[in-house]
Amino acid sequence: MEPVIRVENLVKRYASRGLGRRVEAFTAVDSVSFSILPGSTLALVGESGSGKSSVALCLSCLERVTAGQIWFEGQDLAALEEKELRSARPKLQLVFQDPANSLNARWTVGEIVAEPLLVQGRISKRERDARAAQMLEQVGLGAEYLERRPRELSGGQRQRVAIARALLLEPRLLILDEVLSALDCSIQAQIANLLVELQRGYGLAYLFITHDWKMAAHLADEIAVMSRGKIVEQGPAEKIVRDARSPETQRLLGATPVKREPMEAVPEP
Amino acid sequence: MRFLLRRLGHAVSLLVGVSVLAFFFSTLAPGNYFDEMRLNPQISAERLSSLRAQYQVDRPMAVRYVRWAGAVLHGDLGFSFAYNTPVAPLLWTRARNTLLLTGTATLSVWMLALPLGVWSAERLGRPADVTLSWATAVLLIVPDLALALGLLVLAVRSGWLPPGGMVSVGFERFSTAHKLGDVASHMVLPVTALVASALPVLLRHVRAAVAEALEAPFLRAAEGHGISRRRLLYRYVLPAAAHPLIALFGFSIGTLLSGSLLVEVVMSWPGLGPFLLEAILARDLYVVIGGVLLSTLFLVAGNFVADLLLYWADPRIRAETPGR
Amino acid sequence: MVERRSRRSERVLTFRVWGGHVWLVRFGAVAQHELITGEKADLRQILEVRDLRVAYGRRDGGVLHALNGVSFGVAAGEILAVLGESGSGKSTLAAALLRLLPPSGQITGGEILLEGADVVRMDAVELRRMRGSGASIIFQEPLLALHPTIRIGEQVGEVLRAHQALSKRGRAKRAREILAKVFADDVERIFSSYPHELSGGQQQRALIAQAIACEPALVIADEPTASLDPSTQREILTLFLSLRDKLGIAFVFITHNPALLAGFADRVLVLYAGKVAEVGPTEAVLSSPQHPYTQALLKCVPQVETAQVVRRKTLLPVIAGAAPSLVSVSQGCVFEPRCEERMEICQVREPVAATTGSRHEVSCLKFPA
Repeated sequence: MEPVIRVENLVKRYASRGLGRRVEAFTAVDSVSFSILPGSTLALVGESGSGKSSVALCLSCLERVTAGQIWFEGQDLAALEEKELRSARPKLQLVFQDPANSLNARWTVGEIVAEPLLVQGRISKRERDARAAQMLEQVGLGAEYLERRPRELSGGQRQRVAIARALLLEPRLLILDEVLSALDCSIQAQIANLLVELQRGYGLAYLFITHDWKMAAHLADEIAVMSRGKIVEQGPAEKIVRDARSPETQRLLGATPVKREPMEAVPEP
Repeated sequence: MRFLLRRLGHAVSLLVGVSVLAFFFSTLAPGNYFDEMRLNPQISAERLSSLRAQYQVDRPMAVRYVRWAGAVLHGDLGFSFAYNTPVAPLLWTRARNTLLLTGTATLSVWMLALPLGVWSAERLGRPADVTLSWATAVLLIVPDLALALGLLVLAVRSGWLPPGGMVSVGFERFSTAHKLGDVASHMVLPVTALVASALPVLLRHVRAAVAEALEAPFLRAAEGHGISRRRLLYRYVLPAAAHPLIALFGFSIGTLLSGSLLVEVVMSWPGLGPFLLEAILARDLYVVIGGVLLSTLFLVAGNFVADLLLYWADPRIRAETPGR
Repeated sequence: MVERRSRRSERVLTFRVWGGHVWLVRFGAVAQHELITGEKADLRQILEVRDLRVAYGRRDGGVLHALNGVSFGVAAGEILAVLGESGSGKSTLAAALLRLLPPSGQITGGEILLEGADVVRMDAVELRRMRGSGASIIFQEPLLALHPTIRIGEQVGEVLRAHQALSKRGRAKRAREILAKVFADDVERIFSSYPHELSGGQQQRALIAQAIACEPALVIADEPTASLDPSTQREILTLFLSLRDKLGIAFVFITHNPALLAGFADRVLVLYAGKVAEVGPTEAVLSSPQHPYTQALLKCVPQVETAQVVRRKTLLPVIAGAAPSLVSVSQGCVFEPRCEERMEICQVREPVAATTGSRHEVSCLKFPA
């Protein structure tokens, strides 16, 4: 089966500005390669600073890559111009971690969900609302949410709205950048279930970025572990979880129960 | 350090630019001093033309600018046509008078606005704060001119304070103490007018800045450590509220020379404002340009001081600028 | 367990025995003995909360009942984890313990006994003296809780200044000592750094240093690891443990993440809608939770053990419905609408705490008091 997306040797460097001095570059992503099959989930696991968010930004074309190729639907997204990217963008959607900030606080939920349609030209408000209501139903929110504003919603509800917006243009790949991290655990379970159901229903591919390896192991078919810009280990989820080789992975998966230090003698006060 | 040097460079180039523009626009204004003189039948034509040659009024503008710029760098600001004396001492006397007035007024305004602002920010939304806000709003609405005139009328009617001017008749014969007292009593009205017009805006800014600092999470955390309210105010709140106020302070310094024109004219205070006005009307070129340059110098210096203070006060600005 | 005596009783002992030196030797010996034999010390309660009630006044005139009768105790040197989701009232509890509620919040009932003194009835002077030296608090976002333009060393010094009479140099020296307890190395650099120059984990440690500066008996930590990486989280937890072991500080550790509890907390208190659902030793609550909410909550976390076969992409069990809005006080059990084991009586009667094991209490009508 053809992968939905194939990333080859992706490199992303950020230049830090220095006036007239030697410009020091920071390599956020250092030659990363992976691919995702349709209907499957690849989890990108790593700590903050490992470069996983930069990968998300590059894939969704919000940042230009420094080097490497991103093969999507037969085209190399890294080599395309902005104009040409427009046809590819709807198929690759990004959902962020912080629902409080990624939803426009002044818009109603209906307007937020229907925002992608604005790109496609003029559609009547009634049709926009109809499509929005349809998507909201898919994510488990009723039509009464159309007129609400983000501040009236809980974290889990906002995340559902963000997902509904992402699904509106029927993407093939959804990039989920730490979408569960800000939520309570029972809500995490609900949204995780929603993601699983949507994947089954639409045949979506997911790139699930997280630092929570338990959720990654639960949701992913394949896991790639990132550390300092490189992928240090990659493979089927069971194999990584059961049989981690690299020290970074072991540290990440490390005993969740905190090891107690042996009792020491109390020093004289 | 490089940051500061850069700001200094900006300041200097600004000064040069202003001087060019001032020179340009002044010479562009139709007429010059000597045209006025032509109307005077007592001055013969030859006298006029020799004066013109002496002042080199007919040379091209660029040449005149270069000569003038060279002179300025030597401290010579040119010659006043009207007073027939060098410009620099004239400006300086007048500027000193203005600074006396505006310096006192600025100091008073800040000394009033800071405690009042803190006091009302602590009581935000409560009756005391609302009343103060209304009072300052009223003060804001009243035009400066009306304020100044009103004060003047008050002085004339009541006779308590001298109605204008800087010194009384016979000043030179007063003792030092009497001189000081005399100037001080003349200063009361104009300073009051200046303070009344500047206070509302500054008070609002102080109040807003302090109110925002009072909302900050670190304040709650510090309270949780048992730090006393006084210490919190001085060590935590005021430094945090200082940043927007530092910019305003720089602006206050900047307008020291230029902000009091109206009051000086109304109250006959012998300051820089009326003097410049007179010079403009008389086409006294070098006085005008000298005055403009001096005002700009203050404005630019004020901004630079604000930059300096902000750089010193906020480590985050130091961190952002390259060249550490 | 390490027993920690409060400063007041230390002074009393010194007075009653013969002199500081002899008493110190005694204290050390006693502590050593307890450690070596592993006997539990006399579990004196540092904190006792009885029927605490907190309400917020809303702008539209309504009242939000954030805490409705919370009671629990914390022994000296104990780590109590308060587990709750959004809307459970956990942050309110943290703030209320030191009376740091926002102006719209009020303690409407109950007692908070900190080493015997009721915090609710303290006047302003006692309150200020208590905060930071009797008990202290660590808030959530470390960068926001630190003053942006004061160096770390000085910020620690401010806490010392508020409670101890030291010279400026003495404060600086003591601040360095405190930072050394919390930072393994690089103390000097941290001392003269500003908050924005530190990483998230370091900022959190700086907050912890402030909290322990005057060696309080109790530290309340409100989700201290929420914004941190997993490995940094573990480091902070290890730090808490070592501070407890070395300084005898008790912790009230508030979190929404059950994964942090094992091997760290001694006891767990589960908070739901402003009431205590269950409280007991960590092992007992995690392995055999009694309250239906606790059971459901623990099932929500994906069970992935390194050795077993992973069951992927199955649907996780969720708790139906949503957390109740606390504006109206309902009759009966507050969890009833979402409870899988609800009975008819649950709509009518409110559950009371019942003991189901060694120091394990549940508030559920399945367990009659």
